[in-house]
Amino acid sequence: MAQETKLLPPKLAGEVLELVKGFSESKAKKVKEIVLQEYSHAQVEPGECVGIISAESIGEPGTQMTLNTFHFAGVAEMNVTMGLPRIIEILDGRSDISTPMMEIFLKNPYSKGKDIKEIALSIKETKLNEISDSFHIDIADKSIAIALNQEKMSELKVTQTMAINALKNGAKGYTLSQVKNGLLLKKKEKEENINVLYVDKEKFKQLHVSGVKGISQVLPVKRGEEYVIITSGTNLKDVFEMDFVDETRTMSNDVFEIAEVLGIEAARQAIINEVFKVIESQGLNVDIRHIMLVADTMCNLGLVKGITRYGVVSEKASVLARASFETPIRHIINAALIGEEDKLDSVVENVMINQPTPIGTGLPSLVVKVKE
Amino acid sequence: MTKKKFDVTKHSLVPKHLKLSDKEKKEILDLYRISLKELPKIRKKDSGIAHLEVKEGDVIKIIRPSATAGESIFFRVVVSA
Repeated sequence: MAQETKLLPPKLAGEVLELVKGFSESKAKKVKEIVLQEYSHAQVEPGECVGIISAESIGEPGTQMTLNTFHFAGVAEMNVTMGLPRIIEILDGRSDISTPMMEIFLKNPYSKGKDIKEIALSIKETKLNEISDSFHIDIADKSIAIALNQEKMSELKVTQTMAINALKNGAKGYTLSQVKNGLLLKKKEKEENINVLYVDKEKFKQLHVSGVKGISQVLPVKRGEEYVIITSGTNLKDVFEMDFVDETRTMSNDVFEIAEVLGIEAARQAIINEVFKVIESQGLNVDIRHIMLVADTMCNLGLVKGITRYGVVSEKASVLARASFETPIRHIINAALIGEEDKLDSVVENVMINQPTPIGTGLPSLVVKVKE
Repeated sequence: MTKKKFDVTKHSLVPKHLKLSDKEKKEILDLYRISLKELPKIRKKDSGIAHLEVKEGDVIKIIRPSATAGESIFFRVVVSA
């Protein structure tokens, strides 16, 4: 293949090669050359400040975005952060998002609605306090009595053995015994401080009994022809391991989790999808290339980095550029301490010292070739 | 609950990752006239390349489905951290 078609995007290159079939070699070469020329005209010029254009293109419609934080995903019980707060959350690269959510797709026949309630229940996390009526502390005996609620247990499909197993793993240092309508935990060691009992009681209330960790709510919904389970709380890894889950389409809205479980490229795509979803839902129109640029920048180092002073800005080589973003004094002091150098080869630092910036026509410079 | 192994590469968010041979790697660097450290990075333990048996300094070719270009090709260099 000639050099020309290599520089073209694959789709265009394929079309060109298809077109020149049957052409003479010189004619085909000419066609390729013209296509390449037209293509490079359509490309962004070297020195164009694409970042600033992206910032303006996202920022201007952003001013019209509602500050309405919540949007109901189908049914009123579940709400999701949307609008400007969501955009900020994604672009800042926050690892603890305010409304983590998953969309779990199911395999056939479950996607048609088979056992949908049972499946949804088996995904939801059940904690010990959800199946018990009371936690009672006996100070004299140094024990905790847990009264289990049989009704709730059968409703949530939890057996007594599951609760016992959970306590066996979670309550170290206690002897477990079954008593009438409940369980009794007795502290093994002679503990003078009864505060420990109170702390432990609270800990046991949150003990994981069944289901997938981190999933606090489940909601089966019908989407078109198939059933999808929407959850609040995410745990992609554990959900992928369940055999009725379609692991090719199941999605989380937590970009960090996606980067961890599916890799950096998936995270990049997730950032684009999530940002675009918000912009679209607000009825705004932002070219997807701008979002792609932001996502590429955030994922450039192989990890998701936010557009913050701890994220991509901290990676800048220039001290002055970092100082111009946030916390200038800290940056300058730190740079002075280790004797950092500023090559002044980017935009902000040249603006500061009143020199032409290396963008647009300011980018090319002359180099003198010294005769040997 | 029975646990099953899931294949990350089959997920709809994960594009195709390919490892380049040394010859292809050199060609790419020459074509764009760049050095290895100028490429975007991918961590060695990244889930997307777990099936490829890569070492540091390898170049990964990524074929992304793109909303604007149909398909776009991207390169990342494998780094340790």
